[in-house]
Amino acid sequence: MSDITRFTISIYSENNVGLLNRISAIFLKRHINIFSFSTSQSEIPDVFRFIIVVKVTEDQVKKLVQQIEKQVDVIKAYYHTDEETIFQESALYKVKSSYLFEERQIQNIIKNSHANIVTVSPEFFVIEKTGFRHETEKLREDLTPYGLLQFVRSGRISVTKAPMGISEILNNFNDQNNQ
Amino acid sequence: MKNSQTMHISGAEAVIRCLLAEGADLVYGYPGGAIMPIYDELYKFSDQLRHVLTRHEQGATHAAQGFARTSGKVGVAMATSGPGATNLVTGIADAQIDSTPMVCITGQVADHLLGSDAFQETDIIGISTPVTKWNYQITRASEIPEIMAKAFYIARSGRPGPVLIDITKNAQFELFDFAYEKCKGVRSYRPVPALQNDQVEAAAAAINAAKKPMIVWGQGVILGEAEEEFKTFVESSGIPAVWTILGLSALPTNHPLNMGMVGMHGNYGPNLLTNECDVLIAIGMRFDDRVTGNLATYAKQAKVVHLEIDPAEVSKNVHADFPILADCKASLAALTALVEHKELTEWKAQFAAHMQTEIEAVIERDTKPTKEGLTMGEAIVAINKHTGGDAVIVTDVGQHQMIACRYAEFIRSKSNVTSGGLGTMGFALPAAIGAKMGAEDRHVVAVIGDGGYQMTIQELGTIFQTGTAVKIVVLNNDYLGMVRQWQQLFFDKRYASTEMTNPDFVTIAKGYNIEAQRVTKREELDGAVAAMIASDKPYFLEVCVEKEDNVFPMIPTGASVSDIRLQ
Repeated sequence: MSDITRFTISIYSENNVGLLNRISAIFLKRHINIFSFSTSQSEIPDVFRFIIVVKVTEDQVKKLVQQIEKQVDVIKAYYHTDEETIFQESALYKVKSSYLFEERQIQNIIKNSHANIVTVSPEFFVIEKTGFRHETEKLREDLTPYGLLQFVRSGRISVTKAPMGISEILNNFNDQNNQ
Repeated sequence: MKNSQTMHISGAEAVIRCLLAEGADLVYGYPGGAIMPIYDELYKFSDQLRHVLTRHEQGATHAAQGFARTSGKVGVAMATSGPGATNLVTGIADAQIDSTPMVCITGQVADHLLGSDAFQETDIIGISTPVTKWNYQITRASEIPEIMAKAFYIARSGRPGPVLIDITKNAQFELFDFAYEKCKGVRSYRPVPALQNDQVEAAAAAINAAKKPMIVWGQGVILGEAEEEFKTFVESSGIPAVWTILGLSALPTNHPLNMGMVGMHGNYGPNLLTNECDVLIAIGMRFDDRVTGNLATYAKQAKVVHLEIDPAEVSKNVHADFPILADCKASLAALTALVEHKELTEWKAQFAAHMQTEIEAVIERDTKPTKEGLTMGEAIVAINKHTGGDAVIVTDVGQHQMIACRYAEFIRSKSNVTSGGLGTMGFALPAAIGAKMGAEDRHVVAVIGDGGYQMTIQELGTIFQTGTAVKIVVLNNDYLGMVRQWQQLFFDKRYASTEMTNPDFVTIAKGYNIEAQRVTKREELDGAVAAMIASDKPYFLEVCVEKEDNVFPMIPTGASVSDIRLQ
C-alpha cells in the first residue's frame, strides 16, 4: 500500500463549467501533482471522461477517487494500474522543411518511427506520432539535433480492459426516477 | 401559486418564488449593487419572506448555519458580488466541514462584464469550489428554477452541505416564463447508499462477539434524524456510548449509557477506553484528528464498525473492518434487530471508575471551585440550573467551547450548535441569532470567549434591530485562552499576542439597547444567570473568569488517546 505507483484515474462526469476546477482542487488540497491530464467526450452522449495520471500510493489514489466520486457532477470514478489499461499518448513535431532535403538521416528517422506526416509546406512540415511515452520521447530525441521548431505531447488517453458499466448506472437512475 | 403554473416574471422574482416553493421563508443577507433586483423583490414579498439584515456577510452565513442546526431546515444566506461574496467564504467552509445544509445566493456582474475585472467582480465560483458541496453560475433567467431546485435538493440530501448559486445581474432582470418543479434526483449524484444486509449481518456478528464494545456517535445521528433509532440501539444493546463534539445532545446527558465525550478535551474514560475496547462502533462520525489523536496508536486493538452515509469517509482515517454504508436511520434499525443485549457490568464499571478519577482531578475544581476567581465551568453549571438543561447552547471556539461542551446538560437533540471542524472564532454570536429563529420557543444561550466575541461583535446590531431574544454570555479572561494555554504548556509561557485589552462590553451592549450585566464575584453569578434566563429579551452577561485557567483533560497534539493528561 505504501509503494508509489503510477495510477490512471478515469472519471465519467457531466459536462459542466467548473467541474475541471473542482476536480483539480481535490489534488491541490492534498498537495499532489498531476502527471498527465486529458478530457474528452466519452462513449455516452453528454457524458465526459477525464483521464488523470498520478504517481501516488494505492491508499492515496483510493482516497482521491472517493473524493472525486463524491462530487455531485461525477457519475463514477475508477483507478487502474498500467497493466489494467490500454493507454497511449499523441505527439506533434514541427520541423523545418529544408531539413528533409538537406539531412538524409531525417527521412530514415521518420520512416523508422512509423510517424505520420500531417502537413508539409515550403517552410515546415508536421509529423504526428501516437504511442507509449518512450516511443514519442525517442522520436523527440532523434529529431532534436535537427532543430525541432515545436514539440507538444498530449496527456495520456486510456481505456480499461474491464468493462465500465456507466450506461447501466445511468439506466438504473432513469428507471428509479421513472418509477 | 401552483408550482406547475407558468408565469412571465423576472429572474429576480423567480428566485423569491423558488425560495418560497422550497419552504425557505427566512433569509439572512446583505444587499449590494449586483443583487439589487433580488432585494427589490424581497421588498415586494416581505409579507411572505423575511429577510434579516446582518451587519456583515459572514454573520449571514453563520446565522443561516445556526438556523439550519436547530430547525433541521436549509439555511439561506444572500450577498452581493465581490466583497459580499468573499465574506461568505468562512461560513461556507464551516458549513462544508460540519455538514450543514445551506444555500448561498450571490449576485454577480452582468454576463457581458464577466472576466473584465468589473467593479465588484470576483470569481466566487472558483473561490468557493473547494468549500462547497456544489456551486453553479446562472447567466440566464431560464436556468433559475431548475438550478434553485437542484441547489436545495443537493444541500439537504445525503450528507448535507453548502451550495452556492451565483446569479449575474442580467439574469436577475431578464423576463421569462417561470414554472417550478422540485428536484427529485440528479443522475450523477447518489446521496444515500442502499443498505446492504450482508454488511449489517457481518457487523452484528462482530458486535455480538464483543466483550468490551463501545459506541462513538457523531452528528450523523442528528442530521439523519435518527435519535430515536439510536437510543433504541444503545438501550437494546446495552453498549456504553460516547460522543464527538457535534454528536452532543443526540442522547440526553443523564442517560445511563451516555459516558461522555471523546477527543482532545473529552472525558478521561472515553479516551482511555478507546484503546481498550474490542469493538468500536462509529456512527455518523468521521474520525477527525481532534477525536483520534495519533492515528498510529488509535484503537488498534479494536475491530471497527462504521455506520456512515458518505463512502469517502469509510477507511479515510481509520480502517473500517465492518462498514455499513447507509443513512444511519436505516442502518441503526437494521442493526438493532440483530444485536443482542449485554449487561457489560465490568466494562461499564471501568467507565465509572475513570469518571470518578476525572471528577476528583478536574470536574470538582472546574464546577465547584473553592479558589477566589470564577471558573468557566461554574458559569455553565449555573446556565444548566436555570434552563433546566433544556437550552440551545451555541458556542464559539476555544476554552469556553470545550468547557461548555463538557458541562452543558441536554435533554433533547439539536441543542448544541458549535463550529466543530473549521473552528471558526466569531461563529457563535451570529449563529445564535439563527439558532433562536430556528427554535423560537427555546432558550438560546450563546457562550462566547472575549476573543471570538469581538470577531463578529457587530451582530449585536442585528440582535438590536430584530429583537431576537438570544442570551449572550461572554466568559472573559482577557486572553485568547486556548492559545494561551498552549503557549503555557508547549511554548514555555511565551504569551505572544494572546493578551487582550478589552473594551467595556457592558457599555457596548447597552449601546445596542441590550440589557447587560457584569459578574466578577461568585455570589453574583447565580442571580445574574437567573435574571438573564428570566428575561424575554436579548440579554448580555459578562462573566469575568480566572485569567489563566486551563482546560483539562487534554490530549496533546499528535499524542495517543491513551496519553490523555488530567493536568
